[in-house]
Amino acid sequence: MKSSIRAMLGAALVVAAALNAAPAAAQKTIKFIPEADLKSLDPIWTTAYITRNHGYMVYDTLFATDAKFQVHPQMVDKYETSKDGLTWTFTLRDGLKFHDGAPVRSADCIASIERWAKRDVLGQKLGEMTESWTVVNDKTFRLKLKKPFAYVREALGKPSSNVPFILPERLAKTDAFTQVTDPTGSGPFKMVTAEWVPGSKVVYVKNTDYIPRKEAPSWAAGGKVVKVDRVEWLYIPDSATAANAINAGEVDWWQQLPSDLVPLLSKNKDIKIENTDPLGSIGMIRFNHLQPPFNKQKLRQALLYVVNQQDYAIGIAGDPKNGKPCASYFTCGTPLASDAGSAVLSGKRDLEKARRLVKESGYKGEKVVVLDATDQPIVHPQALITTELLKKIGLNAELQAGDWGTLITRRSSKEPVEKGGWSIFHTWWVGPDLATPALNSALRGAGEKAWFGWPNDPEMEKLRDAWFEAPDLAAQKKIAQQMQLRAWTTVPYIPTAQFTIPTAYRTNLSGLLVSPMNLMWNVDKK
Amino acid sequence: MGVVALFVFSLLYISPGDPAAVIAGDIATAEDIARIRAKLGLDEPYMVRFGNWLWALAHGDLGVSIFTGLPVARLIGQRIEPTVALTLCTLIVTIALAVPVGVVAAWKVGTWIDRSVMGFSVLGFSIPVFVIAYLLIMLFSMQLGWLPVQGYRSINEGWWPFLSHMILPSAALGTVYMALIARITRATMLDVLSQDYIRTAQAKGLSSNQVLLGHALKNASVPIVTVIGIGIALLISGVVVTETVFAIPGIGRLTVDAILRRDYPIIQAVTLLFSGVYVLINLAVDMSYTFLDPRIRY
Repeated sequence: MKSSIRAMLGAALVVAAALNAAPAAAQKTIKFIPEADLKSLDPIWTTAYITRNHGYMVYDTLFATDAKFQVHPQMVDKYETSKDGLTWTFTLRDGLKFHDGAPVRSADCIASIERWAKRDVLGQKLGEMTESWTVVNDKTFRLKLKKPFAYVREALGKPSSNVPFILPERLAKTDAFTQVTDPTGSGPFKMVTAEWVPGSKVVYVKNTDYIPRKEAPSWAAGGKVVKVDRVEWLYIPDSATAANAINAGEVDWWQQLPSDLVPLLSKNKDIKIENTDPLGSIGMIRFNHLQPPFNKQKLRQALLYVVNQQDYAIGIAGDPKNGKPCASYFTCGTPLASDAGSAVLSGKRDLEKARRLVKESGYKGEKVVVLDATDQPIVHPQALITTELLKKIGLNAELQAGDWGTLITRRSSKEPVEKGGWSIFHTWWVGPDLATPALNSALRGAGEKAWFGWPNDPEMEKLRDAWFEAPDLAAQKKIAQQMQLRAWTTVPYIPTAQFTIPTAYRTNLSGLLVSPMNLMWNVDKK
Repeated sequence: MGVVALFVFSLLYISPGDPAAVIAGDIATAEDIARIRAKLGLDEPYMVRFGNWLWALAHGDLGVSIFTGLPVARLIGQRIEPTVALTLCTLIVTIALAVPVGVVAAWKVGTWIDRSVMGFSVLGFSIPVFVIAYLLIMLFSMQLGWLPVQGYRSINEGWWPFLSHMILPSAALGTVYMALIARITRATMLDVLSQDYIRTAQAKGLSSNQVLLGHALKNASVPIVTVIGIGIALLISGVVVTETVFAIPGIGRLTVDAILRRDYPIIQAVTLLFSGVYVLINLAVDMSYTFLDPRIRY
């Protein structure tokens, strides 16, 4: 009898303890709608920004750029430069590990940088300057240059595509034109490949082995402290559905909100709408310099006098708060931006002068083909506005509409318009990609080796080379101004507007970082 | 199927667009794109590419996605369940509702019931699927909060999560299908109900239900089943829109995404899959005639 009472009491105690046990901590999951579908995992193989953003989740970098454009060590603990500037020695931080548990070694870093340098514009420049990379030991490696190059850290800390992410050597040895499909990195998140549904869902979990730096986060620099357990990227292609989903609380954060849906979401007190991208993007009108009529400089100049950047800003952004003029060939808000010579674009519009320049160019009524991508909300309005301007100044302009896939195929054609070529296309680049001569490929004058449009301007190339040799920021700025003045004359392209796309998130999130890249560390969820 | 294979491959070959350019991104140079194209084998002549594809297909290899590098079979396998679930739910709901509604409309021809059914079917044809979808979301998800806005839950996650995510998409997708089947059912039933044997059955004292279901519907079923089979094509096209609006990770969305980025292996595989399914469905419809009408023998 006593034993049975004891047994019952014991059971009751166990039950009571179980009932009073602290509930298991619920997993914190952020549900996020990204700007695009993640199709490729290799941030060297493609420059797509969604892949870059994925890269920041799973990889880390040797150096990183902060909000003041200063470059800081990230994976690197310390570095030294020889007195002649030809030898750089890097030592990695302690405890860096890949997601498979293997330690990050010098060989991994060297192989990753060499692969990146085969594809990236700045990497190629670094590659030109490099004599050798050598492993000193597993944590220390050395770069030997052919001649001093002041942009080593800037190159290794490049913030936007292609970012020099560090991969395991076994993956980094993959040919740079072959895609790496294994997302193993050493970054603050791990990708859960078993749950990846391309076109629909990407899942990341916190990398509990990651050791963040102690500094406060700023852009890609500083401490990458992950405050949630899981992040789900849910690609919802339909904007109305995405708006309803965030309104209903089914998702927490929508990366890029179309401007026409801002009033709808603004009514919901549980949603904040902010601009977390300080530099935004820059639209551009790009000419075909190989074929008539825009092989004539005066005709390209003519358009400068009728382009009204405010019209393009409204056309792209919809809301004046999200778009503004930026009459500079280097992103407004960055150190090299200036108004040198910009009156030609920002001053009073002069239709008569434009028409005069058309006449002086010897234009004979050749057909002007403007490529349009109706599925791209940034390209399409630019194409419409430009076509009207061209007609206004007396050109025989024809808008040829297709989709983005067709546009980027056609623009590689160097044929005349009668054989499927083109005269003008529009696009946009994010602010960091146009911030310096090192990165701004559209400004280059390398002729048929240049980016689509193929401007041939040896003088611009000389100025660019001189910029790399510039000893300090003041000298860089001076050369950048010279390049800009040259660009207003030769008109490789016309910048149309600087615009930002707002982000929307529910008020249970905090800690979103202001950055041109979408970064998910530091974000917490209540 | 061989003709379909040749047709779809050739159409893709001649259509504008270059997946290598999409992969390389906006900042890439022409040389980068050319190298990627060569790596992917996209610069090879038509006959070589077609031959390689056919050879792989004959060995059950649907190829690899140009963009993700994942096997196409795996991508389709991931996406087939939501599409099959959506299609089956839509079919069940549609047939369960549309056939009885069409029967009743025919039975009560000329009355307000008949006119309401006809009015509904005109609306069903006229209003695009995505408009219906948005209206349903607005009412049932946003205003009432009864059902989710988007997404898909597998049946493994429970009956209610599965069903709650299927109700609105099935209703949206099924509207046009219901309109079609209700109309055809009504028209066929009207024809059958005017036959002598129906008058005889009524004269013998059979109840309305026995006349309608036991005699009339059975004889009207062959054309109805034919239209159901043909209407699968309507469903397939509607699935693409429905999956996009409701963010369902099905084959419809996979196809649209693949077309926009020129992921040829996926487009080819999915087109063949849809064609094959359509052929099988029509075969099943043809074979069902022998059950529905004993006079039909092959």
